[in-house]
Amino acid sequence: MNFFELAWNILPALLKGTVVTLEITGVSISIGFILGILLALGRVYGNKFIYLLTTTYVEIIRGTPLLTQLFLLYFGLPSIGVMLSPLLAAVIGMGLNSGAYQAEYFRGAIQAVKSGQMIAARSVGMSKFKAVRYIILPQMLRIVIPSWSNELIYLVKYSSLAYMIQAPELMAEGRLIASRNFRTFEVFLVVAFIYLVIVLILSKVLDILEKQIRIPGLEMQAV
Amino acid sequence: MSGIVLKAENIHKSYGGLSVLRGISFEVKRGETKVIIGPSGTGKSTLLRCINQLSPPDKGRVWLDGVEITDPKVDINKVRSSIGMVFQDFNLFAHLPVLDNVRIGLTKVKGMEKKEATDLAMEELQRVGLRDKASSYPAELSGGQQQRVSIARALAMNPKLILFDEPTSALDPELIGEVLNVMINLAKEGMTMLVVSHEMGFARSVANEIIFMEHGVIVEEGPPQQLFSNPKHKRTGEFLHKITELYGESEK
Repeated sequence: MNFFELAWNILPALLKGTVVTLEITGVSISIGFILGILLALGRVYGNKFIYLLTTTYVEIIRGTPLLTQLFLLYFGLPSIGVMLSPLLAAVIGMGLNSGAYQAEYFRGAIQAVKSGQMIAARSVGMSKFKAVRYIILPQMLRIVIPSWSNELIYLVKYSSLAYMIQAPELMAEGRLIASRNFRTFEVFLVVAFIYLVIVLILSKVLDILEKQIRIPGLEMQAV
Repeated sequence: MSGIVLKAENIHKSYGGLSVLRGISFEVKRGETKVIIGPSGTGKSTLLRCINQLSPPDKGRVWLDGVEITDPKVDINKVRSSIGMVFQDFNLFAHLPVLDNVRIGLTKVKGMEKKEATDLAMEELQRVGLRDKASSYPAELSGGQQQRVSIARALAMNPKLILFDEPTSALDPELIGEVLNVMINLAKEGMTMLVVSHEMGFARSVANEIIFMEHGVIVEEGPPQQLFSNPKHKRTGEFLHKITELYGESEK
């Protein structure tokens, strides 16, 4: 069997893993997105207590390896009676982790919104909440896209760590196939190729999105 | 309702030990245009922000239409929606087209229906001569146009009073006129305005009264003719002389 025949044969199984990879990435980037916005708002607008709480969270998550965090969730929690499925542990772990990184991107972007925007919103009579909701966040989300794109792409690749906690994603499928046919090099070449394709497609999509929602005067202030 | 729209009493404000306002008291009557002048760093902008509580004063009280708005029980967001504010650097909402800049306060603060808000916003844009720019983004407009939009944004809320914080200071000289003309028309239509400005021509011809401030206190207050031709304080005369030399007496 030459390389292309092999690749063709193992593709269905790898695509099954790819779907799981995309699920893990999709769910954890979403968890991280919501968490990241809340953390960023806490760090920028929160009182001393909330600032301290959110900052501590971000520092702890960023200061420890993702793999360690996943092991704590999957292998550690059962010792206190909490059993998580591999997939659940993976999306929770990666979501909580991504939230901390996204928070930093969002925080930078919020701070890049000109201070006069908040003042003008308040002077029209908006509450702080409305000002954030209608004025600050829409601008922040546009400013953040270029740097946020990196986080999504990292996450696609870091999702391979979920293999270490038995989640049946792309790497796990590759490992399984290689352990049966012993053509490790070729199998992981195909795996690498699939990751590459996903990343290239996502980059392109984000690029288009960025252009679609571009507004004159806002694109200049990339973080 | 009395004829006094705004009353400020004994306003004090300091930042980190630096005393910026040291007991400011004045009144603005309905339909009156009052211009605050004075050297930079004197606390003029701070005073405006103390009035609409963007930076609440450390001490002193402010009344709007007889209601004390420095009272902590007052809903300050509601109060601010009835005090327009126009900034030196416009501060238009950068992600919104001109129409939405004018409309957003109506829909999101006043809870007005979109259709009604659109009509009203277009009327105000007409008033500042920018109806045809409704779908442009702020960055696509000149400074003068942006400032006129920001005036329309303030007007749309049907304010009891508009605060102007050096509205022409960030503009190229050839764009100052279009903004001043809008303000002159507002004054004629009876809008109550409190204006921090270095435009002596505007102050002289439009202001009912001029307040000269320095070092956080009001040095002198009176009608333009009195301050320009017969100031009570030597310092007032010096400042007016210097500023007129610098900025000229243009604008009607």
